[in-house]
Amino acid sequence: MNTVNTKVNRIDASFAKLRSEGKKAFIPFITAGDPSIEASYLIAKAMIENGATLVEFGVPYSDPSADGPVIMRADERALANGTRLADVFSLSSRISTEFPFIPVVLLLYFNSIFVYGLEKFFTACEMSGISGVIIPDLPLEERDEARPAADAHGVYLISMVTPVSQERAKRILAQAQGFLYCVASLGVTGERSSYATDFKSYFDSLNEESDIPKCIGFGVSTPEQKKELEAYCDGVIVGSAIVRRIEDCIAEGISEEAIAARLGDFVHEFTEVHI
Amino acid sequence: MSKGRFGEYGGQYAAETLMFALTELENAYREAQADPTFDLEFKTLLREYAGRPSLLYRAERMSADLGTQVFLKREDLNHTGAHKINNVLGQVLLARRMGKKRVIAETGAGQHGVATATAAALFGLSCDVFMGEEDTRRQALNVYRMELLGAKVHPVTTGTATLKDATSEALREWSRRVSDTYYVVGSVVGPHPYPEIVRDFQRVIGDEIRAEMLDKYNRLPTALFACVGGGSNAIGTFYPFIEDASVRMIGAEAGGEGVETGRHAASLTGGTIGVFHGMKSIFLQDDEGQIAPVYSISAGLDYPGIGPEHAHLHKTGRGEYYAVTDEEAIDAFEYLSRMEGIIPAIESAHAVALLRKMHAEFKPEDMVVVTLSGRGDKDVEAIGRYRGQIV
Repeated sequence: MNTVNTKVNRIDASFAKLRSEGKKAFIPFITAGDPSIEASYLIAKAMIENGATLVEFGVPYSDPSADGPVIMRADERALANGTRLADVFSLSSRISTEFPFIPVVLLLYFNSIFVYGLEKFFTACEMSGISGVIIPDLPLEERDEARPAADAHGVYLISMVTPVSQERAKRILAQAQGFLYCVASLGVTGERSSYATDFKSYFDSLNEESDIPKCIGFGVSTPEQKKELEAYCDGVIVGSAIVRRIEDCIAEGISEEAIAARLGDFVHEFTEVHI
Repeated sequence: MSKGRFGEYGGQYAAETLMFALTELENAYREAQADPTFDLEFKTLLREYAGRPSLLYRAERMSADLGTQVFLKREDLNHTGAHKINNVLGQVLLARRMGKKRVIAETGAGQHGVATATAAALFGLSCDVFMGEEDTRRQALNVYRMELLGAKVHPVTTGTATLKDATSEALREWSRRVSDTYYVVGSVVGPHPYPEIVRDFQRVIGDEIRAEMLDKYNRLPTALFACVGGGSNAIGTFYPFIEDASVRMIGAEAGGEGVETGRHAASLTGGTIGVFHGMKSIFLQDDEGQIAPVYSISAGLDYPGIGPEHAHLHKTGRGEYYAVTDEEAIDAFEYLSRMEGIIPAIESAHAVALLRKMHAEFKPEDMVVVTLSGRGDKDVEAIGRYRGQIV
């Protein structure tokens, strides 16, 4: 049937380079299609030009049960303007072609993949230059359902681990690909002013198990938090704080180019890249 | 295949944050199952607090009218007025065993929320209930009952502001407070082990029907009727009869304004396979898996999916499922009130309506059982409004 894909995944290449340079990853998240697919393209481009090392596109969903209100509203806006998977694939394709070293990762609920069809979905991912997918509602126990099709097309299934994963963390790490998405705290996505998690022991125990790059997300909203957290790991993921700024821009009624410029500036605060 | 499968349906499609809690729950449940004192405690509560066994009432006038022998399983007579209390007492016992101090629940019509608030009061636990804002309006009386019982009701404004959104919000809250909170799921839905746990606590309905039919009539019923939203009173009714091939198991889905109009909640009639709220089952959704906004006059059946065990019974043909419209359910609501002096919940009226539609299939010597999952006090105002009367 399918042969094993032997191409080097951009995620691996990207983290190898970061580590060799002693740098950390900055991973911004936006909901694809919020406020339009063209805007998402412009925003992603601006974020990459301001130092994003990997781009995460959320596929809008009607009932995002792992997300907080900010991303829920972004999903509603994206769906209201008719965003479909075909649009997300074309967006990903444009970004991955224009930026050949930047990995593009999708975050989506399993139903979006399952109903579209696993083989069809991962074929489209490969064609669009998508390096990995994060599926918050596909835990370790259910991964086998998606793994063969993902493997056949060289698309990584990014695993999530949480502070309450405990003895599960070992098994999660054993099959993790690309990087490990470390959830900073319990609950859903959304900004937080502080954390109750003991990050040192959290990452110490993960590092003991595996050398795979580890990035932290859920609630990271300021450059100061980023600086504090990346000391423990290989990079940070910022979602709601970015999406909330897009929402503010929409409320102001500024142009898509202006939204992209503003988000580029915001990412710049985190990456401190001087262009 | 992962755990908790009913054929290809079921499974554990839950966020990693919740997997720890689901494993903890399954372990606690297995220990409870192996502990005779747990069952004894549960049975005692059912008898002495919920008022079980519920009556299996022989409905003579209805029987004469429909030309077959009709029995009504009176879950409406349970404490709190619906079958929901069975499951809640079991789960709250489990929560206490697990040392949880706080319970949360989702609710549609409010019956499950009321039952959870009741059990929380009984065991001195704090209780938060998530309810779609639309439903808090449709079922204002139940909101007040929950508050009276000491629960905090959180109106959910996202999405369609109904049961599915309340369920998503309860899942979100659970993932925030997973260590001290027990999520009392109200139906045979969600990730494993919930569909199994809820079924086990609801099977008392079918067990009682079976025992009483054998005891009094020395036979099994010809057919069982129950309404299905998520499907807990239906699975409770059907489950002990699954191996008895002669017993027809018939579920009434919420047909809303008619399946052909698209404004309905009849998942098995109009849905497709998908993964939502932690389970693989049949859902009303579009071609990219976006969950459809569903509609039913009954807040308790207004859900875009169905429990995985029902999806399996439907697929194998062991269970039969048909849609009943709002209009047919309201007619049945009035019919049962006048015919037998019993005002059923609008959810349960769907099951009564389905028997009325299918009665010609049954002979005078046949015995059919309709589970009346709840009582209709909560619906009187809304039905009055539907009929153009201000109550």
